[in-house]
Amino acid sequence: MKYAPVVAATLFALLVWQIIVSATGLPKFILPGPMLVAETWWENRAIIAEHTLTTALEVLIGLAIGTALGIATAIHLASSRMARVLIQPILVFTQALPVFALAPILTLWLGFGLWSKVAMAVLIIYFPITASFFDGLMRTPQGYLDLARTMQASPSRILWNIRIPAALPSLASGVRLAAVYAPIGAVIGEWVGASRGLGYLMLLANGRAKTDLMFAAMLTLGVFSVLLHLGVARLTRNLGQHGA
Amino acid sequence: MTPAPGVTISGEARLGGAQLFAPLTLTLAAGQWTCLLGGSGVGKSTVLRLISGLATEAAFEGDITATDTAPVAHRVAYMAQDDLLLPWASVSENIQLGARLRAEVPDRARLARILARVGLVEHADKKPAELSGGQRQRVALARTLMEDKPVILLDEPFSALDAQTRAAMQDLAVEVLAHKTVLIVTHDPAEAARLGHAILVMTPEGLTSHPPPDGAIPRPVDDLGTLECQASLLRLLRSTVS
Repeated sequence: MKYAPVVAATLFALLVWQIIVSATGLPKFILPGPMLVAETWWENRAIIAEHTLTTALEVLIGLAIGTALGIATAIHLASSRMARVLIQPILVFTQALPVFALAPILTLWLGFGLWSKVAMAVLIIYFPITASFFDGLMRTPQGYLDLARTMQASPSRILWNIRIPAALPSLASGVRLAAVYAPIGAVIGEWVGASRGLGYLMLLANGRAKTDLMFAAMLTLGVFSVLLHLGVARLTRNLGQHGA
Repeated sequence: MTPAPGVTISGEARLGGAQLFAPLTLTLAAGQWTCLLGGSGVGKSTVLRLISGLATEAAFEGDITATDTAPVAHRVAYMAQDDLLLPWASVSENIQLGARLRAEVPDRARLARILARVGLVEHADKKPAELSGGQRQRVALARTLMEDKPVILLDEPFSALDAQTRAAMQDLAVEVLAHKTVLIVTHDPAEAARLGHAILVMTPEGLTSHPPPDGAIPRPVDDLGTLECQASLLRLLRSTVS
């Protein structure tokens, strides 16, 4: 039932794609049709799988590190006025910078391998996670805080026993958002300098006018991102249940 | 436990330059129920928050004293209209919240006694979402009891309940809060007539003391004197609405 609309939308998109290709008669190095892309995907499945694995590893490590950093930052900001005054403007400012511009320098600092891509993914997801969890921490219902105060609770006990649990649904939505952004970060990193990963494969295929392979890699990345999002949504479902 | 002290708050409050309530003196007799009755926005919740030591938007000038001269703020337990149950914690965990927040060892025997007293034994491991409104408010009452404070401040605690559940909760609260100094803020004349050893009507002009009906609290809902008092209180409230 639930999957029927997804299947229908996919078929519709493929149909539109095929119609455009047939109607315009564009050469396949400009716009290959869905059948050709599927064929290329199947022929290159081993290569694509290998590169997907690399990207997936970068994304998952980036997601874990970015989430941990975001949680730590949000808790720190929520518990210290000084931190809010000093760090919050910096955070907003860094968010206004195009992270893509940092990709080359990250490669210079962290090398050609895995870690420059992990760093890109971390940079991209760090702010959404920090912002959404911090927002949740600062919106604890006033009644809870009043009650805790009449119970002579210390600020740190209130933080750990009330504010953090009450903010977990906000953290969950931040992490779900991050699951969509993290692959973008990793791919940007791979674009700038890599010898593995779906981003590298796309760039390589593009350079050799193998547009069908480029599309195959891109669609694989899309499917991976959607699956990651669904997986994270499932994992964080219990976090988001209470609150509201 | 030492006997509950009487509490007196005297002073005035301003809200953004305007007078919230004129200079007043409100005394809670030791071990008795005092009902503070009034419409919305006359500052009755502010009075309650001031006694409990909570931040208010109003600026208060005056004193809050106890008959035994010790500070008041750390000896109050507070219960509001919203049950304020933590949705992620079980009934037992919610009742023991105070101990958890003060990093104290929870008193299991006391918890068991209180659960039995408010009739929540079979619900002890449930989450608040699994309970009815009346049951949730019983958990909130149990949490207030668990705090074992001499002064109890109730901010319209039963106003969100249906009539029969409200009456049952009033009976239970009077039973379990015996010998405590209780201030109950309410906008319901019927509640004031049933529960007040003393009844004070708060209007923008100040406090008016109204004689309570005869008889021990909780007074029967169909007691003639109680009904007459309820009507008289409503008349008084309506006469001050301009």
